[in-house]
Amino acid sequence: MTAGINAPGRARIPVRSLRTDRWWLPPLITNLGLATFVIYATVRSFMGEWYWVDDYHYLTPFYSPCISESCVPGSAHFGEWIGELPGWIPMGFLALPFLLGFRLTCYYYRKAYYRSVWQSPTACAVAEPHAKYSGETRFPLILQNVHRYFFYVAGIVAVINTYDAIVAFHSPDGGFGMGLGNVILLINVIMLWAYTLSCHSCRHIAGGRLKHFSAHPVRYKLWTFVSKLNVRHMQLAWITLGTLMLTDLYVMLVASGAISDLRFV
Amino acid sequence: MGYKAQFRVWRGDDESGELRDYVIEVNEGEVVLDIIHRLQATQAPDLAVRWNCKAGKCGSCSAEINGKPRLMCMTRMSTFTEDEVITVTPMRTFPVVRDLVTDVSFNYTKAREVQSFTPPPDLKPGEYRMQQVDVERSQEFRKCIECFLCQNTCHVIRDHEENKEAFSGPRFLMRVAELEMHPLDTADRRDAAQDEHGLGYCNITKCCTEVCPEHIKITDNALIPMKERVAGRRYDPVVWLGNKLFRRSSKKS
Repeated sequence: MTAGINAPGRARIPVRSLRTDRWWLPPLITNLGLATFVIYATVRSFMGEWYWVDDYHYLTPFYSPCISESCVPGSAHFGEWIGELPGWIPMGFLALPFLLGFRLTCYYYRKAYYRSVWQSPTACAVAEPHAKYSGETRFPLILQNVHRYFFYVAGIVAVINTYDAIVAFHSPDGGFGMGLGNVILLINVIMLWAYTLSCHSCRHIAGGRLKHFSAHPVRYKLWTFVSKLNVRHMQLAWITLGTLMLTDLYVMLVASGAISDLRFV
Repeated sequence: MGYKAQFRVWRGDDESGELRDYVIEVNEGEVVLDIIHRLQATQAPDLAVRWNCKAGKCGSCSAEINGKPRLMCMTRMSTFTEDEVITVTPMRTFPVVRDLVTDVSFNYTKAREVQSFTPPPDLKPGEYRMQQVDVERSQEFRKCIECFLCQNTCHVIRDHEENKEAFSGPRFLMRVAELEMHPLDTADRRDAAQDEHGLGYCNITKCCTEVCPEHIKITDNALIPMKERVAGRRYDPVVWLGNKLFRRSSKKS
């Protein structure tokens, strides 16, 4: 227990917290949720197969953009820029570090993992287990301030994912086609846009940095729109973890032949 | 319908103290402060408690009820079950004076450290003209009643006494944000927010927002926008280059 609540002069109460509710439950659930995604995403990123459905042009977001000669034919939408990749480099290596950085420096995820993983604090008015605390004043946590750059790249990746979702309206004979996979890809990309645009950095860039909204009516409208999304940033953060895993799982199952795609057109 | 409630109230001073058990009558519609007053009137006349408006507007009766920072006058007894033991303690971030009363002078010291409103030098009081849309953000922060529950729950100082010197706490970082967003304030407060008020210590875990009785979105609307402004000033080379190339000052926008 830290010296803070036991500091001289403060009320002598020899317990970490007097809270009677289950304050430990939200951080536990957060830990389980984050661990599930990290394990799933790591395994899938390094798996190196079942990421492309050639008949319907479904490409999982974990492998987009695929830009190496290791990519199965058809999956490299933007060309093969480099040669074969060794197995320890994921085929989505171009976007994955930036997407990871975007979520690691996200203001919501920071709250989530500072509370649950680092327990700083575990819950409100529950003493944290660390003796010292310097917050985001020093390296490495001062690097959280680069969030806006990850946001810029995440915007580009969202455009790529949108392109992937559009070219997936494909049938085996080469014409237009539509199946359940398209619906899943489309929902995923809409949610990714909502999460990306609801970002606090986006809110700042859209208009939050201004002092005079009245002098910038268009940016004020943009800021208002982003602010409405921003209220749902936490929900969107979790929803997109779910849609990313579900989208990838569906593509994997179809690509491996475990299930067949439900076709509408 | 009245019932007898079990209360544990912290009694003591800055050197020693303990939680004492009381059984007190509770009537329909009452709040925790009513019960503390009944305790004072019937069983513990020497119980020290700070209170004033009984309406959630003066910010005096801040305490911790079952470990949660709350206003006693805004905590309804109907939120507890009749057999629940209700623990009331003083705020645990500030030095205790006696019983439920704490010394919150830390906050007044920090308040004085914030540079006051700085209008343009050629503008006299009475000549201030502002668009509503420009002051709306700052107005949200003016709802603050200075109960200091956010200061009390913030782990930066609650759990680390040594940080009190460097960190002003959410209430006063919100005050800095209020002035930084004010259309007529000419001071650039971004460096001061980071260097003098310790904005970098905030790890946006939102406990200040959770306990605010005025439901001010302290983290989302004040602290994070302030962090973004500081990032633009200190950690964004593109903004720096743009300011240099176009000779612009973000204070004018």
